[in-house]
Amino acid sequence: MADQQPKIIINNLNFYYGSTRALKDVNLEIKPYAVTALIGPSGCGKSTFLRTLNRLNDLIEGVRLSGEILLDGKNIYDPDVDVVGLRKRVGMVFQRPNPFPMSIYDNIAYGPRIHGITNRHQLDEIVERSLKAAALWDEVADRLRQSALGLSGGQQQRLCIARLLAVEPEVVLMDEPSSALDPISTLKIEELIQVLKEKYTIIIVTHNMQQAARVSDYTAFFLNGEMVEYDETEIIFTKPRDQRTEDYITGRFG
Amino acid sequence: MAATTRQGFQHSLEDLQQNILRMGSIVEQTIAKSVECLVKQDAKMATEVVEGDVVIDDMELKIEEQCLKLIATQQPMAKDLRKIAAGFKIITDLERMADYSVDIARTAQRILETGQPLIKPLIDIPRMAELSQVMVKQSLDAYVREDTELAYTVAQADDQVDQLHNQVFRELLVYMMEDPKTINQATYLLFVSRYLERIADHATNIAEEAIYLATGERKELND
Repeated sequence: MADQQPKIIINNLNFYYGSTRALKDVNLEIKPYAVTALIGPSGCGKSTFLRTLNRLNDLIEGVRLSGEILLDGKNIYDPDVDVVGLRKRVGMVFQRPNPFPMSIYDNIAYGPRIHGITNRHQLDEIVERSLKAAALWDEVADRLRQSALGLSGGQQQRLCIARLLAVEPEVVLMDEPSSALDPISTLKIEELIQVLKEKYTIIIVTHNMQQAARVSDYTAFFLNGEMVEYDETEIIFTKPRDQRTEDYITGRFG
Repeated sequence: MAATTRQGFQHSLEDLQQNILRMGSIVEQTIAKSVECLVKQDAKMATEVVEGDVVIDDMELKIEEQCLKLIATQQPMAKDLRKIAAGFKIITDLERMADYSVDIARTAQRILETGQPLIKPLIDIPRMAELSQVMVKQSLDAYVREDTELAYTVAQADDQVDQLHNQVFRELLVYMMEDPKTINQATYLLFVSRYLERIADHATNIAEEAIYLATGERKELND
């Protein structure tokens, strides 16, 4: 794994909300087929950073960005990049599950249909495969036509993950994917992340440090818009190099 | 570092270290007493050492529980985690030292039972005991103060103990060759020397834990 090319390379990334500089010269390499956790206190820039990776910040007015983000060597901020195509390759799971108000089946089939798949048989196959990959199939196989809004919070979140997998992304961004879930649903999501990393590159923002320690292979610590320290997760949580990291993860911050 | 949050946890960690220091000081006294009862041929003191071991075993269990509770309830990370992990290992080392002290006291009892007076004045063995006590104290101070320099001092003292052990061995060998009647007691004394040498090794282990706590690095000091 160590000699694989980074999936994403971030070079001198700066990000501004108006005159506020939210990210300061961030440099980072994201390894493929691994889980990278982004940790840091509220307002440190980790979510902003996550959103720069599939250009979700483009939707906000008055923002500015400098530096480059190379996905497989290609800068995703180049003028010729198709943003919709980018977001298909780099998908996102949000803090609160956000299923569409339609059936479980249609939630999953939504993406593939938009990307032009209409064959019924093919869609059935994608729905089943995606739900299985998100460890939800066994729980919903007999009620695919029912509304997704009838699922529990944990099931809804796995549905959102299944919906994402249906369009076959390469990178999965997760913004506190289990902070609105109960402990058992949280553990299911965490187990799922472990399975998913075999096929996808995963980047997860979490406020729960134990979660970062449990699920990730690499961890980056953000503070005031700076990426303070990046290393193997085991090192970050047992012997971080930077005193600020130490203070944060031991809970002696501020 | 301003400890503005988690003061309760901070207090628990300090309490843990105080308990380890307390256990350490009892172990120090036990080492001293075990050799003293041998030198003074004092049967009563030997019994005290043997019977006092339950107190140390009990302390080990209590501190172990304290460590487990902190891990279970506080999710310690980084240096906090290393402090507790080192604590776990240190109390095992201390408990082993106390067991060796009991072995020394029992050996003193056996020598007393033979009725034979000491075949020679004991010089090096008390010296080893003194050095070991200092090593225990210094290694624990190094752990609590995160003082790597002091930890390395402990490793140097261990070399001295090893040398004394070799010296005791050579000397007793000469006694045994000169007079077979000394073989029984000389063998016992050799055991004692060996126990003290092991005690010093355990103190060196504690010094290694102190270095681990301070730096996050594992250093082998016992060689």
